[in-house]
Amino acid sequence: MSEQTNDPATVETAEGAAPPDGALVVAEDVHKSFGRLEVLKGINLQVERGEVMCVVGPSGSGKSTFLRCVNHLEKLTAGRLWVNGELMGYRQKRGRLYELRDHEIAAQRSDIGMVFQRFNLFPHLSVLGNVTEAPVQVKRTPRNEAAARAMELLERVGLPDKADSYPDQLSGGQQQRVAIARALAMEPSLMLFDEPTSALDPELVGEVLDVMRDLAEGGMTMVVVTHEMGFAREVGDSLVFMDDGLVVESGAPSEVLSNPRHERTQAFLSKVL
Amino acid sequence: MSKTSTPGRSADPVTAVPVRYPERWVAAGVILVLAAMFVHMLVTNDAFNWPFMLDHMFSEPVVRGVWITLSATVLSMVIGVVLGVVLAVMRLSGNPVLVSVSWLYTWFFRGVPRLVLAVLFGNIAILYQTIEFGLPFDNYWMAWLGLEGDARFFAIDTRTVLSGYTAGLLALSLSEGAYMAEIIRAGLQSVNKGQTEAAQALGMSRNKVLRRITLPQAMRVVVPPTGNETIAMLKDTALLAYVPVTIELFYQLQAIGARTYQIFPMLVAACLWYLAITSVLMVGQYFIERRFNPGQYGSIRNRIVGGVHR
Repeated sequence: MSEQTNDPATVETAEGAAPPDGALVVAEDVHKSFGRLEVLKGINLQVERGEVMCVVGPSGSGKSTFLRCVNHLEKLTAGRLWVNGELMGYRQKRGRLYELRDHEIAAQRSDIGMVFQRFNLFPHLSVLGNVTEAPVQVKRTPRNEAAARAMELLERVGLPDKADSYPDQLSGGQQQRVAIARALAMEPSLMLFDEPTSALDPELVGEVLDVMRDLAEGGMTMVVVTHEMGFAREVGDSLVFMDDGLVVESGAPSEVLSNPRHERTQAFLSKVL
Repeated sequence: MSKTSTPGRSADPVTAVPVRYPERWVAAGVILVLAAMFVHMLVTNDAFNWPFMLDHMFSEPVVRGVWITLSATVLSMVIGVVLGVVLAVMRLSGNPVLVSVSWLYTWFFRGVPRLVLAVLFGNIAILYQTIEFGLPFDNYWMAWLGLEGDARFFAIDTRTVLSGYTAGLLALSLSEGAYMAEIIRAGLQSVNKGQTEAAQALGMSRNKVLRRITLPQAMRVVVPPTGNETIAMLKDTALLAYVPVTIELFYQLQAIGARTYQIFPMLVAACLWYLAITSVLMVGQYFIERRFNPGQYGSIRNRIVGGVHR
């Protein structure tokens, strides 16, 4: 296996290009280092279609880094990661890995929506412009079609009257809901949430969680890095507790939250619950 | 209990003797005297020869010189900005070859004074009498392969392509490209990294991210200093006189001065012309800067269409 190597692009593996089974996300022994600092030390997990997986853990445990590995915003140092049966960022041919070109990686990412802690809306575009930008530019959707679809999405996140506003005129909660609509506009098969409510005033957290709950009920596959234990318990199908770059414990949210087996999980939960 | 202010209860109005500033009156007096001396000199010193200056300041070749100055400013800024974008993108591309080429370019064109560049480009015909297009190093490999003749497809006389004006324009544009590259690079780097990540996560290629997300946002940082550069460029077109570009404003004014032994009035005329044009540009810059006021994205649109959102 690839555990010892630091260069996945040159490693030869016996396995074929296909992931072990039909899960939407398959992470196999994912490692990530920044220089000499090893942030991920071998993550193994699978996200089934339609599953809502919540990832919790202390800050610095590697949750966000793992999420960014899923859509290849970060390159893995070792291991493999498949989304929808496709190896992220690489092509495997005759036992060798080849880095994908920029536009190929972009195509892979267009199927994965991501919502950031700090919203990252495009400040020079209106709310409507933010939501239509990617469909028009990436999928070449006609502008009026994209606008109609964007209005539907804004309706869904409860902001149809803000279409002509600019991001700096919206509250944090509204911005994050626009960011969710922007990601959904690409009709992704997977949504990644990177602490979507951590930068919000407490009274605005609820409106964003409502949209996410709604999305989960619609059957969207979601990986949610969060500190909202209530949301994890109520909406999550599975809960992963990460610490120090490893998955310490995972299982049904109610089970992990009420009966944590590992002492590190117990210590963490006793602080946040 | 401490007294708290009760609404409706009027407090004593503040009536205090304001601080006096006698030194302001002294300074004003001194400056007034100096100004009077200056005006007196302008009026009484015959070397200014105002009637002569007014006669010649608007003469036909001088006015044509003004247009040459304006066209050189616009053209060299346009070429400079385009070059600057290319160089800045190269510099930030991560491709080590492009990065070093861009760095080397900026190093050279920022390091050599514009005056020297202008004269250098004016004399480029010494280096190449003709400019030829063809396959490189043909004089070596053609002989080596035992072929006769050359691999040059066509040639033009350097003097016809690089007239004084084009040579000077080239010098100013290439030099401006180096400065604009730095300004645009600063603009691109000022855009939050989260913007690029958000765009990438949506499936946009690096090229699209640059064109649709990063560059437009860099504009508000890039535009104000570009206004400064334009004003500086307008003044630097005077360097064209040393290429020499004989139809240029400063050259024309100096020529009149030299011919008529009225050097000083014509230098004053040059000052007045440059001041007049830069003043007009400064007004333009004021409006552009107001439009690109940092942190006011929504208001850009609001000011244009006059709508108020919120």
